[in-house]
Amino acid sequence: MTTVLEVSDVSKSFTMHLRGGMTLPVVRGVSFAARAGECVVLAGPSGAGKSSILKMIFGSYRCDLGAIHVHHGDERTDVANAGPRTMLALRLRVVAYVSQFLRAVPRVAAVDVAAEPLIACGTEREIAAHRAGDLLARLNLPDRMWGLPPATFSGGEQQRVNIARGLVGDHPLLLLDEPTASLDAANRAVVIDLVNARKRRGTAIVAIVHDADVRDAIADRIVDVTTFAAAA
Amino acid sequence: MSAHTYNFAYLDEQTKRMIRRAILKAVAVPGYQVPFASREMPMPYGWGTGGVQVTAAVLGPNDVLKVIDQGSDDTTNAVSIRKFFAKTAGVRTTTRTAEASVIQTRHRIPERPLTEDQILVFQVPIPEPLRFLEPRETETRRMHALADYGVMHVKLYEDIARHGHIATTYAYPVKVDDRYIMDPSPTPKFDNPKMNDCAALQLFGAGREKRIYAIPPYTKVVSLDFEDHPFETYRHNAPCALCGATDSFLDEVVTDDRGGRMFVCSDSDYCEARRSAQRTTTEGTKTQERVKPAETEADNG
Amino acid sequence: MAENEQPLLVADGLTRWYGRQLGCRDVSLELFEGEVLAVVGESGSGKSTLLHLLAGQLAPSAGLVRYRMRDGVTRDLAALSEAERRFLARTDWGYVQQDAALGLRMAVSAGGNIGERLMAVGWRHYGRIRGAAESWLDRVEIDPARIDEAPSNYSGGMRQRLQIARNLVTQPRLVFMDEPTGGLDVSVQARLLDLLRRLVQDLGLAVVIVTHDLAVARLLSHRIMVMKGGEVIETGLTDQVLDDPREAYTQLLVSSVLPV
Repeated sequence: MTTVLEVSDVSKSFTMHLRGGMTLPVVRGVSFAARAGECVVLAGPSGAGKSSILKMIFGSYRCDLGAIHVHHGDERTDVANAGPRTMLALRLRVVAYVSQFLRAVPRVAAVDVAAEPLIACGTEREIAAHRAGDLLARLNLPDRMWGLPPATFSGGEQQRVNIARGLVGDHPLLLLDEPTASLDAANRAVVIDLVNARKRRGTAIVAIVHDADVRDAIADRIVDVTTFAAAA
Repeated sequence: MSAHTYNFAYLDEQTKRMIRRAILKAVAVPGYQVPFASREMPMPYGWGTGGVQVTAAVLGPNDVLKVIDQGSDDTTNAVSIRKFFAKTAGVRTTTRTAEASVIQTRHRIPERPLTEDQILVFQVPIPEPLRFLEPRETETRRMHALADYGVMHVKLYEDIARHGHIATTYAYPVKVDDRYIMDPSPTPKFDNPKMNDCAALQLFGAGREKRIYAIPPYTKVVSLDFEDHPFETYRHNAPCALCGATDSFLDEVVTDDRGGRMFVCSDSDYCEARRSAQRTTTEGTKTQERVKPAETEADNG
Repeated sequence: MAENEQPLLVADGLTRWYGRQLGCRDVSLELFEGEVLAVVGESGSGKSTLLHLLAGQLAPSAGLVRYRMRDGVTRDLAALSEAERRFLARTDWGYVQQDAALGLRMAVSAGGNIGERLMAVGWRHYGRIRGAAESWLDRVEIDPARIDEAPSNYSGGMRQRLQIARNLVTQPRLVFMDEPTGGLDVSVQARLLDLLRRLVQDLGLAVVIVTHDLAVARLLSHRIMVMKGGEVIETGLTDQVLDDPREAYTQLLVSSVLPV
C-alpha cells in the first residue's frame, strides 16, 4: 500500500503576543504515516493537540519544525514548507478536511455548500449538485432542507452538510475532525459506512473520533497523541 | 460727417494672422477644435461673433459674400452681418449661392452643391459635442486626444431607449476623417450628408467658446449611428409649396390664425432660383398656385 | 496550463510617499489568475494607497507594477501610455468603488451604464448591446425590466450590483475592489458578497479586494495581506493567517472581531 501522508517530527507552539509573548506549546516531535485505504485515528484527551495536527496537515496552522509530506500521483509536497498556491492546489484535489464545525456561508443553500468542492474542480454544477444530494440523502437530511442555507440548522444537521462537503470529491487524503460528534446512532452508522467505502476506494484517512464504537468500526491504527506532548 | 475708417474687414492684420494660423491648424487636423484668442466684436456673444471673425480673417477684396440665417438672406442677423462686411470690407455681397465665394451661415447648409472655389463659414454656439455628458473641459480634451468616444454612443443609446429612435434632430454628431468627433453646429441633421466629401472648405467658428475647427474639402464625414438604427435624414411629407422641391429642407410658415400653414424651402435662394427657372419655362409645373407676399429682392452691393 | 504559471500582476517594492507622510512602503506581491487577494488593515494602514498603485491610478515613489496583458506580454504599468492604460482599465480590468455613485453615470440608464464599455470597444448594434445589458442585469439579480431606469432610482445595494455588472461586461481578468460592501446594510452586504463569490468562481476572476472587515476577507479571499502604518505585517493563506496569526498586530486584529 502506498504511503499517502508522512508526518515527520513536527512541532508547534503558539506565541501569544497579546499576553506578553507567552509561548503555548502544542505538540512536539509528531511522527506518523497514513497509507492508502487505511484510517489512522488520533487519540488522546482534549487539548492534547489532535485538532492542531489535522489543521497543520491541511495548512490552516503553520508548524514550527518538521515536515508533512503528502504523496499524490508522482509528486510529493511538504505542506510544512509549501507556499499558498501550492496549498490551494493541494486542497483542490488532494486533501479534504471535515472540520469540527461548519463555517456557514450566508445565503448559500446546503446542497450548494456540499457541492462546492466538486464544482471548484471543474465538475458541472448539475452533476455536482446531484452527487451532493445523494450524500445528503444518505445522511438523512430531508430534501426540503437542501435548498436552505445551513446557518439556521441544528448542530447535527450542519455537521451532516459538512460531512457531505468533505466526501463529495475524490480526494486521496481525508481529514476528519469528530465527524460524528452531534449525530444520532443511525447517522453515525451512515458515516461509518461512508468512511469504510472510501477506505475501499483507496483513500487515506486521518480522523479524530471520541466515540469508541465509531473508532472501532473505522480505525486501522491508533496513534496516541499524548506521546507527542510538548514540554510545558 | 467724418466716416470712421476701419481696417479691412474690421479686425487688425495681427488678429487676422492669428486666426488664420488657427484655421491652418484646424484644416491640418480635421474636426479638431483649435483654441484661439477670440476678440471682442461689435455684436454680443450669441450673434455669430465666431463666424464673423473667421469670415473677417479669410475675406479678400475680390470675394463675394453671402450671409444666411436659417437658410434665409433676409433675417435681422443675416442682414446686419452682411451690412457689417459691406461697410468694413467693401466687398460685393449677394444672395445667390452660385455667385458667392464666401458664405457665412447660421444653422443651415445651402441646398445647392458647393464648389472648390467656395468657403462655408459656420456660426457655432457650443463646439464640444461631449459637453452634455462630460462637463469638465480637462476630461473632454483627454477624451478627444485618446479617441475615448464610448460616451458619445451612450447618448445615442439613451435616445433609442427613451424614444425608440435617435431623437437628435440638429447638431447631430459626426466623425470626421475617421478620427475626431465633431459638432456640426445646430444645422438640422438633414444637412449632415452635405458635409461629407464636400468640394468647398468648411470652417467653424465659436466666438464665446474661443474655438475654431475645420473640414477640408473632400473629407469623409460620417454621422454616428448604430448598425440596427442607421442614420436617416429627416423626410418631409410634402414638397415646397412655392417651388415644388422635394429634396430641400422645409420651414413651416403659419399663414393665418385658423391653423393654416404651409411648408416652404428654408434656403430662400434655392427656392427663388427654382421658381425663376420655372417662370422662364412655358410649362406650369406647379399644381397649386398660392398667393404669397411679394419677395423683397435682396440688395446686390 | 503553462500560461497560468506566470503571475498576472506583480508588484515589486512598491513605495509611495505623500510629501513626508508615508502611504505604503516596500510592498511586493504576486497575483495569479483566478486568485483573490484581500488587503486588510485599519484606517491609515496604506491599503487604499496600495490599491491605487496597483491599479495604476497613482505613480509610485519607488518600485514597480507589472501586468501580463491579454497577448501574453508582461508590461510595466508606468511605461504604458495614457491611451493604453485607459484601454486596459476599460477592458481587461474592473474597478469597483466603495461609493457606487462614483463608479456609475447616475444620469444614464442602467442599460447605458452597462453598455458603455461595450460601445467604447466598438460594439455598434443597439439590439445586441441591450441584450448583453439585460443578461448582465439578470446575472447581478436586478430585474431586467429596470434596464431603462437611471441608477439614481436604485437602492444602494442595487447600485453596487450595477457597478459590478458595468465592470464585468467586458470580461476582465483582474478586478480591483475598494471596500465594496462598505456602507451597505448587513443583509444587503450578505447578498452582495454571495454574488461576488459566485461571479469570482464562475468567471475565474483575479481580485484584489481592500477591506477592513476580516469576515469579508475570509469569505472571499484565498490569500490575505495585513497592513499597518504603510507596512505589510503578515501575508499568506487566508485561513492560515486568520486561524494561526503569527504577528502581534494580526493577533490583535483577529481577536478584536466581535463574535456574532
